[in-house]
Amino acid sequence: MSDVVEKTLTALPGLFDSQTGAAKITNRLRQLIKSITELTSKHEEENLIKQELSAMKEQVSSPNTTMKQMREIMVRAMYCEMLGYDASFTYIHAIKLAQQGGLLEKRVGYLAVSLFLNEGHELLLLLVNTVLKDLQSTNLIEACMALTVVAQVFPKDMIPAVLPLVEDKLSHPKEIIRRKAVLALYKFYLIAPNQVQHIHAKFRKALCDKDPGVMTSSLHIYLQLIRESPDSYKDMTGSFVTILKQVVGGKLPLDFNYHSVPAPWLQIQLLRILSLLGKEDQSTSELMYEVLDESLRRAEMNHNITYAILYECVKAVYTIHPKAELLEKAARCIGNFVLSPKINLKYLGLKALTYVVQHDAKLALQHQMTIIECLDHSDFTIKRETLELLFRITNAQNVTVIVEKMLDFLRICNDEHTIIHLVGKVAELAEKFAPDNSWFIQTMNDVFSIGGDLLQQDVPNNFLRLLAEGSESKEEDDQLRLYAVDSYLTVLKGHTSHLPQCFLQVMSWVLGEYAHLQESVDQREVIRLLTQLLDQRSVSSETRVWILSALTKISEGQTDLILDLAESLSSSQDTVLRQQAQELRHLSQDSQLHEWALPRGAPWDGIEVDSSLSFLDGFVSEALAAGAAPYKPPHQRQEELCEDRALNLEPYGFSLPVSLSSCSITDRQSPTLLSVSSGLSGNSTELSQKAGSSTLILEGVKRVWGKDGYLPQKEATAPPVDEPSAAVQPPSQQEAAERIEPRPDPSTQNQDKQQLASSLFVGLGVGSSMSLLGKSEAPPLRFRKKPRPHESSSSSSGTSERSSDSSSRSSRNTTDSFLYSSLLEEEPAASISAFDHTPKSTTANGLAQNKDTKEDRRANTSQILGGDMVIVRPSTIQDKHPPSVSSDLTALLPADLKDLPHSDVISLTSDPSLSLSSCRLFRDEALLLVIFISNCTETVIKDVAVQLTCEELKTVSLRGSVGSVHSLSLGHCPQQTSSVRPLVVTTEEYGKLWLSLSHDVKQNLKLLTDAGDPLRTTLNALKDALQLHVVDIIGSEGIVACRLLSGAPCLLHCRVNGTALAMWLRSPHPALPDCILYHCQRALAHH
Amino acid sequence: MIKFLLMVNKQGQTRLSKYYEQVELGKRAALEADVVRGCLARRKEECSFVEYKDYKLVYRQYAALFVVVGITENENELSIYELVHNFVEVLDKYFSRVIMFNLDKVHIILDEMILNGHIVETNKNRILALLALDKMAES
Repeated sequence: MSDVVEKTLTALPGLFDSQTGAAKITNRLRQLIKSITELTSKHEEENLIKQELSAMKEQVSSPNTTMKQMREIMVRAMYCEMLGYDASFTYIHAIKLAQQGGLLEKRVGYLAVSLFLNEGHELLLLLVNTVLKDLQSTNLIEACMALTVVAQVFPKDMIPAVLPLVEDKLSHPKEIIRRKAVLALYKFYLIAPNQVQHIHAKFRKALCDKDPGVMTSSLHIYLQLIRESPDSYKDMTGSFVTILKQVVGGKLPLDFNYHSVPAPWLQIQLLRILSLLGKEDQSTSELMYEVLDESLRRAEMNHNITYAILYECVKAVYTIHPKAELLEKAARCIGNFVLSPKINLKYLGLKALTYVVQHDAKLALQHQMTIIECLDHSDFTIKRETLELLFRITNAQNVTVIVEKMLDFLRICNDEHTIIHLVGKVAELAEKFAPDNSWFIQTMNDVFSIGGDLLQQDVPNNFLRLLAEGSESKEEDDQLRLYAVDSYLTVLKGHTSHLPQCFLQVMSWVLGEYAHLQESVDQREVIRLLTQLLDQRSVSSETRVWILSALTKISEGQTDLILDLAESLSSSQDTVLRQQAQELRHLSQDSQLHEWALPRGAPWDGIEVDSSLSFLDGFVSEALAAGAAPYKPPHQRQEELCEDRALNLEPYGFSLPVSLSSCSITDRQSPTLLSVSSGLSGNSTELSQKAGSSTLILEGVKRVWGKDGYLPQKEATAPPVDEPSAAVQPPSQQEAAERIEPRPDPSTQNQDKQQLASSLFVGLGVGSSMSLLGKSEAPPLRFRKKPRPHESSSSSSGTSERSSDSSSRSSRNTTDSFLYSSLLEEEPAASISAFDHTPKSTTANGLAQNKDTKEDRRANTSQILGGDMVIVRPSTIQDKHPPSVSSDLTALLPADLKDLPHSDVISLTSDPSLSLSSCRLFRDEALLLVIFISNCTETVIKDVAVQLTCEELKTVSLRGSVGSVHSLSLGHCPQQTSSVRPLVVTTEEYGKLWLSLSHDVKQNLKLLTDAGDPLRTTLNALKDALQLHVVDIIGSEGIVACRLLSGAPCLLHCRVNGTALAMWLRSPHPALPDCILYHCQRALAHH
Repeated sequence: MIKFLLMVNKQGQTRLSKYYEQVELGKRAALEADVVRGCLARRKEECSFVEYKDYKLVYRQYAALFVVVGITENENELSIYELVHNFVEVLDKYFSRVIMFNLDKVHIILDEMILNGHIVETNKNRILALLALDKMAES
């Protein structure tokens, strides 16, 4: 570090005393800063700040306070808030300062606003006008301040007000303004993607900006967009590669360097973008091999920042489609990191290794000794990262050693967060790879006693579910349960006061269910042990409920013991316990009832649940007859409450004329099996809802890699060991251990470590079945969960959506780009066949029909000229007198397209010789774009070359042999609604569908009131604009349905609410309602 | 992504705090105290990254002052470590030999470098461009 920095920084803490330059700082502020530095206790601080705050309160309310003083007060308020004291009385003055102050006051005002107020604070609305004014200011500083604050905190609803101004700034001559405008748009994109979708083309312009700073800012947007939908931006890979090449090659101005490294953070950003683009995509990856290689090569300088770049580079190399040469270099790089004496580098190396072993477990083998050393490292962070790494390479053969290491670490760890995190992982590994029953139960015992009540609830839930549901073989299941019972009895016989509640609950549940399996133990003994727990003061009342449930289950035939217990509990203060005691007494006295209520050993999935509670029908009708009020579901009650109180902004009171009673009760959230089967306990409802998600983590690893690694050469150089074929059983531990000893180390002191290594890294060798790379071929998992039927039904909305709707494959949230992608994902067949008609059709001069240039190229009928030029040869020239634009060009459509619904023909452009018009045809599954080219002259035109540049389908340029070049816009917004199709359903079907859909959005829209029937007029307007299907209109409510091409439906429920139209939309697709809503808004606004 | 940046002295007094994710005012003091404790507990030869709740902390010590950045797991720790240094170098450049620790100015500098938790500018001249304009306006 430079001397100057050192000096100044040493001066930092003392600088408050410095009197030099104090002229700018007024007395009060200086006094405050000085006093703060002299504080010695929290108590003093409190007193000081309290005094300060009351002095400030007085000052701000005084009419004599000048703007300059106000500015100083703001800085003092910042100090107070920084120390954690509320200074909210100054907030409004911060806004005033931004509004009324001179340049410097304004600056502090804006700064204070961004520090004090978070998004959504109501005071921010008061800032909107100021921001608007400053955005229009010719003063550079004012415009900068406004743009900065807009990018930091700005009310989401007010974005439309500033958006045009911010957009304008994208073409401002000053780079700093353009840069800040891009960042503001990025923020808008994050909080309200709908609002900025129309300016995606401008993002591209920003990316190509001649100023590197503006380009850098646009990368934030692109990283986000590409993360959401990499497929839509593959075509830009070349641009990003070029940019990175230029940066790495030192083409940027020198002041972008940091310690002689060119724009390192920019390089990192670009590498992240590239790795997202190249992931699982060979052809895209090939574009970036060269620049990645160069980055790896260039970053040789010995400086932290180059290592940071290298780390990102290594990650990229391992994320994209593999290339042997690069992988080798990257691996070497990781090696240098982990072996480095610099501890920060070692950490980064371990982190990289952790990432990489998901793809190539063998790399861990190369560094096994280092890993072992790190495991015993004195640095907690290093240790922790090493365990993370080991977790990733765990398989059935090394699980015992790794789990032991993790438990060792946990026993000395006292950070709650780490414990929760790690214990969950141990449980996951134990469940997945347990070698035998006793180890599994013992490990889970450790998990429960170490993790205790910090544990995530799903750990005990998963464990109990596993015991309850079992596997295919009943015998094995019972063995496991027996182990558990034995183990718990032993635990309960020892000291129990220190055991966590969660462990006690697990034990009592298991004993309740399975104690009877252990015939050698007297059930009375079990009852005695459980009853003992009830006497302990440390046992929580929730646990008592669990224990009592268990006792209820095993009470059969032990009436004497139970009655005593029930008696003593029936005077408990806890009502739940009292009730349970009652149940206990009844059930223990009536063995028939007991048998019926708690059937022993009944299969878990055989229990039927009457979720409609039909057995209560008699009771309900009696009550109704006696004048009781009918039941209303909670949301309805709430809605009615709202109606009473204030304006109701919520539509829908379940007043649809559909019989809902049957649907509303059906199993949208039926109680899960276990919750019912563990009946009386009533607190395990969540047990099976959290599906076995935790078991899937490693299996999600994409298999880009073959069973034998990624390299054909590697295969050849692999040690000539007798390799058992991967398909058969994995080799014994010893064999594997011998094979993976890479460099024999003669020193004896290392022997322990070597031994540990061989047990840790067993199973990662070339020949053994690599559990990481091929989970499917790994030794059969010990505990395989049964497929659970009700689970699939709960997630069915997700999967069916995926399969039925091609467009929902793209998981983007942006609504219109999402519509747009569905447009392009259409299978090409439709368009090609349409294209075939071209020569035959009787068009004016020629009819080119296209959706996209790519498909254009596929059409064999036309001749392709270089890039994307297509020549269409008109076969006939019939009409010498070109129809005027307004005349009916649609009459010229090919016969099989004539009947399709179509938009108006829009004239795009014309010049003396040619005129272009277009029209959109709506097919169920696609959108066809028809372009009419008319000859306006008397002469025959021989060749017309149409070049479609598809920049998000917005522009078409036409080059005629006539010599003129036209660039045309196809218009943007209406385009995006073109993939909406009417969905024809009956009112009844609508009602059912409505209930099955999950994503909903509500909003009030403008009602068109200019006609007699506002609702009908509005809906018709929407229908015309968006091709919706109006299902029914009843009174002041209307229901409308549409779908996305032939994919996801979207249902709209509209209700007239005063002068507004309350609209409620539902769809299985998360983004669709927002999108449709947006377009409805637009359509109504344009009306 | 960057969640917060703190400058804290060895006594645990906060000298600068900026949060990029909403943290209630009342909870900040406790978080800051935790963070300092975490950093002070580390020895010189240990690495500059610590796990803290859902975050990773990247810290760098300058004399009695710690600069601590809370980041998410997917962030590149070493690049943040150097970002801190870049920040300090900018402060050094702007405040030259006689530094006035102007809280507002430091915030303005920081806002130029980090916006919404993302690194948006690292070029020193450009980071200071706005303040230079301010100076001109002032005089």
